[in-house]
Amino acid sequence: MHLILFIVFAGFCLAGAINLLLQSHPINSALSLIVVMTSLAVLYLLLGAEFLAAAQVIVYAGAIMVLFTFVVMLLNAGREERTMGSRSARAVGFPAVVVLLGVFATVILKAHGLGVAALSDGVTSTAELSKVLFTELLLPFEVTSVLILIAILGAVALARQGDGEPHASGERTPTK
Amino acid sequence: MNSLFSQEVPIAWYLLLSAILFSLGVLGFLIKRNLITIFMSIELMLNAVNLSFVTFAHQWHAVKGQIFVFFVMMVAAAEAAVGLAIIIAVFRARATLAVDRIDLMKL
Repeated sequence: MHLILFIVFAGFCLAGAINLLLQSHPINSALSLIVVMTSLAVLYLLLGAEFLAAAQVIVYAGAIMVLFTFVVMLLNAGREERTMGSRSARAVGFPAVVVLLGVFATVILKAHGLGVAALSDGVTSTAELSKVLFTELLLPFEVTSVLILIAILGAVALARQGDGEPHASGERTPTK
Repeated sequence: MNSLFSQEVPIAWYLLLSAILFSLGVLGFLIKRNLITIFMSIELMLNAVNLSFVTFAHQWHAVKGQIFVFFVMMVAAAEAAVGLAIIIAVFRARATLAVDRIDLMKL
């Protein structure tokens, strides 16, 4: 069962990622990325990370991708024109990608001591996760909330209409 | 070869999938010409690395690997909010999303 689920959803993942590259309209790329992220949530569940599977669907496939589709629609982004990009990207970039993948694949396939994953391995419960998160890692968790707050303020400041407006309020912000 | 027919999946396959997704993200970063799609490729790379983290957390039975993924998700959410705000600001200034025409800092 695990093998079948893995093959199906890894296939979805790869198909979505390749489709993201092939589509020329940004909204189609965004929808392919949603497919990738949802399939990754299933793979997380197969690896026993139930909380992360839920968070992946809610945060990534939900919140972040809604933001992406929102911006694509707001800016009315049309079909992209294909140019060949810079010469250095072609000369260095593409061989570098191939080399990167080759190095990763050889390291992974040559590695010893990697086990197998089965459905009977059990899941990491959310209680187990939160126990570590709220005792050992409480400070990083709180710092993250400050980071989110600063990000919201930065987004509001960046997306605000005009520069030197006297009434500086966040009322007409395109994004939050 | 034996594991092909059993009901278990080698950890290496998950890592290989993660590596392939990461490479596709890098490739997308290089060949896409739309600012938003380039940003999506970065998200794809982040997701691929997250899969590696979860796989290793499963391999070593370590909870902290999963918590790291949680933090990466939070940072990615913040990054998406700021990044898209920057994209809106760029679009307002240049009226285009094509990266070939956003070349003010090009030598």
